[in-house]
Amino acid sequence: MRVKFVLNGKEVEVDVEPNEILLNTLRHRLGVKSVKRGCERGECGVCTVLLDDEPVYSCMLLTVQADGHRVTTIEGLYNDELYKKIISSFAEKGAIQCGFCTPGFILVAYALLKKYGKVEPETVIKAIEGNLCRCTGYKKIIEAIVNASK
Amino acid sequence: MFYVLHKFNYYKVKSLEEALDLIDKLDDYKILAGGTDLLIDMRIGRYKPRNIVDISEVKELRYIIVENNMVKIGALTRLQELLENNIVKEKLPLLYKAVYNMASWQIRVRATIGGNLCNASPAADTAPPLMVYNAELVLSSVNGDRVVSIHEFFKGPRETILSKNELLKEIRIPIENNYGYSYMKLGRRNAFTLSVVAVATLVKVKDNKFSDVRIALNSIAPTPVRAKTVEKYLIGREVSENVVEEASKLVIHDISPISDIRASAEYRRRVSKVLVHDTLLEAVKMLKR
Repeated sequence: MRVKFVLNGKEVEVDVEPNEILLNTLRHRLGVKSVKRGCERGECGVCTVLLDDEPVYSCMLLTVQADGHRVTTIEGLYNDELYKKIISSFAEKGAIQCGFCTPGFILVAYALLKKYGKVEPETVIKAIEGNLCRCTGYKKIIEAIVNASK
Repeated sequence: MFYVLHKFNYYKVKSLEEALDLIDKLDDYKILAGGTDLLIDMRIGRYKPRNIVDISEVKELRYIIVENNMVKIGALTRLQELLENNIVKEKLPLLYKAVYNMASWQIRVRATIGGNLCNASPAADTAPPLMVYNAELVLSSVNGDRVVSIHEFFKGPRETILSKNELLKEIRIPIENNYGYSYMKLGRRNAFTLSVVAVATLVKVKDNKFSDVRIALNSIAPTPVRAKTVEKYLIGREVSENVVEEASKLVIHDISPISDIRASAEYRRRVSKVLVHDTLLEAVKMLKR
């Protein structure tokens, strides 16, 4: 099936079988490597992308379902001011260790701050429920997101 | 490639009518709404449908309105939409609390209320609140609509009364006033967790006696259930800690838990009592404020 969607601001067209998962299309066909393969069952959050403006798990979405939508990964945000603010805050607060979960957290943080502007720690804790980090213990990630919203 | 789903024919429909016409003709299909349960179930091989009917973009089934003292929710309304809606927060606080404690943001923006019900997991978290609100479900097919009570809807684990050519179209929830309410969910951790048991409780008190009690639980029987024995015991009895204590013990007659990866049957029996007890006290306390 021909599927057209806007990936990071550019229209892309792929020819896929209906059973292909968006995660596979992004990594293997379109070379988007910030999107990671983790649990592949909607628990860990490393495959998070923004569909239109909302965070979704790309392991739980058929590529054909992206047809006509906008898909955003961090590759599409490099020149975005809010994105820059978030990554500086992550670096400043030490919210990164191995980095495997980081793109997912950044996208959730980005969607959250786009939506609410200034956020309290409770809002951040709720928003990042769907992302696992096995290094930092979350405290620094929460601090980083709150700090970036100031 | 990472995991690969089995091959299937994919149909994307844009309207309810188109969906109903299609499923009337198709055999061996599964409905794709949010996909957050279905795709995982296909991945583990629980389902291998030849056809997938994607209804996720049928916009006419995404709404929350109040009409005739009822809240009407379109089956494809996303969980996140329920959370961000003031009608749900104000008129259906038990549903709000249940959805608040479901899954994660990434899942709630896709998962639908209708999907949670039709998937018919014994652990469906929207079921206990809808059961204590005595919700009605509108089922639709090419032959027209029928309205059933949520109490008739679940037949067993992943089994509902939906006919082969039927879709869940709408959930209708009567608005109840002057009830105390409480919702508690016990999982293996605090956030983003499947329930070991969840309890939704509504109580009405008149002259310090229980005049109405409705309690529903999930994850402790083949389907979500109402605690009929407890309810019957309480109605007409005086509101006191002793009465609540005695009543909660009776919940073991209403449930038939199994042991699974999340908890043992014995543990579920024990915590069901505790949660029924605690939700009753909390609901009563709310009325005294």
